[in-house]
Amino acid sequence: MYAFTYHKAESVADAAAKVASADDGVLMAGGMTLLPTMKQRLAQPSDVVDLGGVASLAGISVTAETVSIGAMTTHDAVANSAEVKQAIPALASLASSIGDPMVRNRGTIGGSIANNDPAADYPGAVLGLGATVVTDKRSIPGDDFFQGMFETALEPGEIIQRIDFPIPKKAAYVKFPNPASRYAIVGVMAAETASGVRVAVTGAGPCAFRETAMETALAGNFSPSALDGVTVSPDGLNADIHASAVYRAHLIGVMAKRAVAACG
Amino acid sequence: MPRDDGIGASVRRKEDFRFVTGRGTYTDDINRYGQTYAAFARSPYAHARIDGIDTAAAQAVAGVVAVFTGDDLAAAGVNGLPCGWQIHSKNGEPMAEPGHPPLAQGKARYVGDAVAVVIAETRAAAKAGAEALEIAYTPLAAVASIRAAKAAGAAVFDDIPSNNCYDWELGDRADIDAAIAAAPQTVTLSLVNNRLVPNAMEPRSAIGDYDTATGEHTLFTTSQNPHVIRLLMGAFVLGIPEHKLRVVAPDVGGGFGSKIFHYAEEAVVTWAAAKIRRPVKWTSDRSEAFLTDAHGRDHETTVTLAMDNDGKFLALKVITDANMGAYLSTFAPCVPTYLYATLLAGQYTTPKIFAGVNAWFTNTCPVDAYRGAGRPEATYVVERIVEEAARHLNIDPAELRRRNFISPDAFPYQTPVALEYDSGNYAGTLALATKAIDYDGFKARQAASKAAGKLRGIGFSAYIEACGIAPSAVVGSLGARAGLYESGAVRVHPTGSVTFYTGSHSHGQGHETTFAQVIAERLGVSVENVDVVHGDTSKVQFGMGTYGSRSLAVGGSALSKALDKVEAKAKKIAAHLMEASDADVEFKDGVFTVAGTDKSVAFGDVALTAYVPHNFPHDELEPGLEEQAFYDPKNFTYPAGCHICEVEIDPDTGVIEIANFVAADDFGNIVNPMIVEGQVHGGIAQGVGQALMEGCVYGEDGQLVTGSYMDYCLPRADNLPNFKVSTQVTPCPHNPLGVKGCGEAGAIAAPAAVMNAVTDALRSVGVTKPIDMPATPSKVWAALNGA
Repeated sequence: MYAFTYHKAESVADAAAKVASADDGVLMAGGMTLLPTMKQRLAQPSDVVDLGGVASLAGISVTAETVSIGAMTTHDAVANSAEVKQAIPALASLASSIGDPMVRNRGTIGGSIANNDPAADYPGAVLGLGATVVTDKRSIPGDDFFQGMFETALEPGEIIQRIDFPIPKKAAYVKFPNPASRYAIVGVMAAETASGVRVAVTGAGPCAFRETAMETALAGNFSPSALDGVTVSPDGLNADIHASAVYRAHLIGVMAKRAVAACG
Repeated sequence: MPRDDGIGASVRRKEDFRFVTGRGTYTDDINRYGQTYAAFARSPYAHARIDGIDTAAAQAVAGVVAVFTGDDLAAAGVNGLPCGWQIHSKNGEPMAEPGHPPLAQGKARYVGDAVAVVIAETRAAAKAGAEALEIAYTPLAAVASIRAAKAAGAAVFDDIPSNNCYDWELGDRADIDAAIAAAPQTVTLSLVNNRLVPNAMEPRSAIGDYDTATGEHTLFTTSQNPHVIRLLMGAFVLGIPEHKLRVVAPDVGGGFGSKIFHYAEEAVVTWAAAKIRRPVKWTSDRSEAFLTDAHGRDHETTVTLAMDNDGKFLALKVITDANMGAYLSTFAPCVPTYLYATLLAGQYTTPKIFAGVNAWFTNTCPVDAYRGAGRPEATYVVERIVEEAARHLNIDPAELRRRNFISPDAFPYQTPVALEYDSGNYAGTLALATKAIDYDGFKARQAASKAAGKLRGIGFSAYIEACGIAPSAVVGSLGARAGLYESGAVRVHPTGSVTFYTGSHSHGQGHETTFAQVIAERLGVSVENVDVVHGDTSKVQFGMGTYGSRSLAVGGSALSKALDKVEAKAKKIAAHLMEASDADVEFKDGVFTVAGTDKSVAFGDVALTAYVPHNFPHDELEPGLEEQAFYDPKNFTYPAGCHICEVEIDPDTGVIEIANFVAADDFGNIVNPMIVEGQVHGGIAQGVGQALMEGCVYGEDGQLVTGSYMDYCLPRADNLPNFKVSTQVTPCPHNPLGVKGCGEAGAIAAPAAVMNAVTDALRSVGVTKPIDMPATPSKVWAALNGA
């Protein structure tokens, strides 16, 4: 790890000011990607602005229509929240499947979606449930948020405050983990929502995406067999030593059926 | 009544208290006054010419103390790392044995090859210094695989254009070819034994220290055999005589073979500490461990088995290419030869066997012994082809094995591949295993799986291994440049407690408990009153260390011989105290008695008398009670057994679940059943890892693709079922404890059992195309879908 200057932010505004005034500053949420990258000397920020002390960013609130999760809420807090389990069990279940206990107790939802790792789980939830990302500057529809591998709609210095998830009629997340890292090779969130059926896929492509052909097929018949005729093209999907694009395309179909089946 | 802490008792491991409470002392826990830190600049290229190294910028980094390159070491007279085993090719020529400088000279030959070392006041400064080095490389074409090594073109060493290390064979090729040609039935398989990264929990570490007052060098290091390191490094690399070189291997957190070898970093920190007159510490990070800890396996083999129409084995032919990596690691050449081809008889009476082995240099990390070392590769070849033969002949795989087993009354049994098996009962362990897994119920379980949309398969592995590699005279004639005995010294203290000094080395095996149990059994002292000392050349006279499941069979035998001597002397002292002839003295449960009388004296009283010799047979004996013994075995020991694996495959995803795994092993007599069971569990986990998960992948350019746990898959607890393990006891007839060794059995047996089960499951839906380890979900899915 290279030397850097550490700052503990007092508030969102304070964090924004500190990162803006640094030569090459970065925001740190749980640090689950940033810190290993720095330890491997692959990142060399001049300043690290820690959001961990900003109380307003953590916490869960649930209304009749929406589950709002503060950006600094840990995966463990989401996984074990009685309110989330009640309102969107698929979301709690997804959070409980991220990493290991150490990661779940440090990693945050805001950090996960701001980083937008192609194999992360939360992007599947944001897209699949039609969530809205609320920053210190604006509200960004989930459909517009993920723009490419590690790329999001966030502007430099823009800070996620919370994510608002509309409560679906039913939803389920099923993933096929990488045997080594246990990140998602393919993760599928299938949901029946007030605004229609959503099927979001993470892990398989450069960033999470919606599988619209499946959504169409499920719109009239929300059951696994509705997906029987739907094929997924491997074009543009990721390929590595663990899974070819063809295999990933196949797994999208399998995981989507299992997610629909798990919706009950 | 037997002792509750003697031989046969599952005594809880004495050493675990300090390990589980974080109070072990590992090399990285040691810090010396005035210590500096070393960081190695490593080649980012698999193969490159080093055109020049400008150290000025590194020297200028704050905190940097010194920078050394390969040229500096050469100028100082530092020699290359030696290879401990010389193989001769079939034409009688010695193997190609290129130099292995501790810091590369002229060329870097694999990604991670150490090119320079920077020593600084802190670890961070050392790393910054290493990054500041300006090293001019000219990248060269990389030889990244066996296939590339065999192809005309790039050479790892300019003076070895063929990349061939040796072309070795065992057996009469023409005779076996003729037997195969004449046989009514043959089966052939091509198999890859996948390359593995060893992944000890504790990364390697080394501290060099130099005492300017006495001229003594000390190396603290993560080693399985500190005396061997002292010999290799002192005599061959640095020219330091034994009495001025101390090597300490304190608590060591796992080795699996990877900490047998003498590594460059050990020599560099020892040399540099004397040069700068300050201690120098280096600790590998995990990324360096992936790149530079000697890898394991990496064989490509074609095997043919010839049979009569009843399935009686007639001849076996095995042609293997083995990857040595970029340099010859300490024992690398013997692994695909004498530790491999000599085991190809397996448990069977196959009368004719030929093995031809070519070893190749490549621009990859050196390959050497890894848990099992040659024997897993041999077992994989034999047990895969035997299972294939059963399928070909449509004979039940258990029945085919029974037809070919060496029978229990045939021992000692001379195989056609040099070894003489000492004892065994192979049908016995097969019967134990088939009963444990309910073999008769398999068809019903397979049908149930099919009804649930899953594919179920079962696979056998009736393995044999050779432990406690020996005797020294034989291994010497085969090219070993070391003896393979063990030493042990039993020191009885005045009040009857005991310290045992062993040349074996524990890096997780539980020696502090197992050896103490043997002493408790023999001397009647409790295990709490026995301490075991190992891992320090200044405390233990000599030793060959721990590998090849040798500690109890060889080190325990040395202990047993030393105990014989202690007992003999103690009897004489007791006889003197009881005014009896020592021939009439009996010793049992820690008490000496005289037959036919009520005279008795306790072991503790004898010990006290030895050190407070007021009433002592001075004319006959010297005071004191300490005895040492060396033990050079007459033969290997031959643990064997049968493992059976049952898998269930999800055809939608290719995911394999291990539904059942049973192991029936014959390790001879057992000192601590709990420790043995733990060794079997760990070995099976590593074997399952090789079969289903672990695969070290280099790109065509020689870059390590699986350089972290993001891509290199180790088995986790949730990948494994509860194993059912059991043992059968056929004592070893030629060592005093009747023990055989258990440390590697699981890793040797499991891969073939798992892969036989996987291929059986695939066959249930007509997929007969071979599949290689690791059988990952993507490979299985591709096989099922003709991809």
